[in-house]
Amino acid sequence: MADIIMAGFGGQGVLTAGKILIDVAAAEGKNVSWTSSYGAEMRGGTASCSVVVSEEEIGSPYPTKLDILLAMNEPSYDKFVPQMRDGGIVIVNSSLMSEREYPTNVKVYKVAATDLANSIENSRGANLVMLGAMMKTSKLMDADYFGKGLEEYFGRKGRSNPKNLECYQMGIDTVSEA
Amino acid sequence: MDYVLMKGNEAIAEAALRAGCRFYAGYPITPQSEILEYMSVNMEKRGGIFIQGENEIASMSMLYGAAACGVRCMSSSSGPGFDLKQEEISYLSAAELPAVVVNAMRYGLGDGEITAGQDSYWVSTRGGGHGDKRLIVLAPASVQECADLTYLAFDLAEKYRNVVEILSDGAVCQMIEKCYLPEAKEHDMNKFDWALTGKPRDQKKNKAYNVSYYEGYDSYNPRIRNKLHTMFRDEQRWESFMVEDAEIVLVAYGISSRVCRSAVRQARKEGLKLGLIRPITVWPYPRKAFENVPDSVKAYVSVEMSLTSQMGEDIILASHGDRPLYGYLTAKELPTVEGIIDYCREIQAGKVQPMEVI
Repeated sequence: MADIIMAGFGGQGVLTAGKILIDVAAAEGKNVSWTSSYGAEMRGGTASCSVVVSEEEIGSPYPTKLDILLAMNEPSYDKFVPQMRDGGIVIVNSSLMSEREYPTNVKVYKVAATDLANSIENSRGANLVMLGAMMKTSKLMDADYFGKGLEEYFGRKGRSNPKNLECYQMGIDTVSEA
Repeated sequence: MDYVLMKGNEAIAEAALRAGCRFYAGYPITPQSEILEYMSVNMEKRGGIFIQGENEIASMSMLYGAAACGVRCMSSSSGPGFDLKQEEISYLSAAELPAVVVNAMRYGLGDGEITAGQDSYWVSTRGGGHGDKRLIVLAPASVQECADLTYLAFDLAEKYRNVVEILSDGAVCQMIEKCYLPEAKEHDMNKFDWALTGKPRDQKKNKAYNVSYYEGYDSYNPRIRNKLHTMFRDEQRWESFMVEDAEIVLVAYGISSRVCRSAVRQARKEGLKLGLIRPITVWPYPRKAFENVPDSVKAYVSVEMSLTSQMGEDIILASHGDRPLYGYLTAKELPTVEGIIDYCREIQAGKVQPMEVI
């Protein structure tokens, strides 16, 4: 069971990251739910989705206490980190975070998602770097299994691109404790 | 059978097509526009007709025409858009034409918000325009139920020659979950003896207007009264969850009921015995669910995303006011597990008063 929020600027692919996650988790036999925040959001404002992955029947699809937070920018981190359960996992996109202190009741990991994705000219793959970092640190699913599922997800949409898996793998390889 | 991952809106649209719906007319409005979009992409492929009307009123008039010809038909809207459909729902009801309408609740008065709410309970359970009629109103709480209840809605609409409403909300219709879709079936629009089929000049023709005009009130009144009572008696649907030994029973439908389920589980881990009655039909309201509630239950709590309790009257009618009724009413905000449990502890501590249903 994991209660997860993925958040960032609109356009960073946090909603897609959530959809990939539930796609692979569902194929593995888990129950899943995905809800996105929508509303009269300002351009450049925060976008987020809540994902629940569970062996059991899912009650509320809107978790208020989180096991995992993927924060693709600093405002998202500030907004959602108070909801973390003790011992939860926070992954921050260090490309867009200032130097700062992190709380000690959670495990915080950093990955330079935006810079890494840009470095291989796949700027829209920053969300996949984050997913790689998440699979490496949370062990929510086997990282290789998830990578295959990720490729299948884009394949089904006719959007196969080897750089996507490359981004994902960079997340696995470079994530470190903050 | 394989699952699909889809939004509640998409499940409603796909289930309608699989139920043999071959006419859809509507006008876009958040948070139900995916229904219209899905129909625009898929209706023609199934041999049906999709029309984005110039507005909600025109779309409903088109629905009247399709229904009168025996076609399985659907429209959908939300908030102020659903208001505009009220007049034609009354006309469809007068002519006893089967149709399915979807209302994906958004919160607030006027344009209000585009996010989830549950304050269209009154317009759904008491509304449908003027006159003495009832809509069967089905309230899904999951993507699976979005599919299953929509599929069922077409059968109920035909069985009673009545308008059936799917009452979802901006949360249930926008969420993605696993869904097992029902089997696709074809509907024969010529199977009815009441539909307009275009008969030759010398044959008696069917009519598709206010039935009381040609049936006569002597026959119409008792027949319609009997129909309404039959629907009320036979179509109550609900789910009782851990009511058997509960101290407090939550009453909630749609998205609130999902949060309540989690609250029941969490509270029991903390030693507080909550239960849940979840209406699946909000008309007819599941009064049978409130029969034989055990003595251990000391109070009901209505959990709704509304400003005042819109469902409270129905709970009082169903329970005959046999227990104090409290309201955990979150208006524009989604209820939370922690909030519900804290509120129930305050009830037990005597810190909050039962609500006055106004």
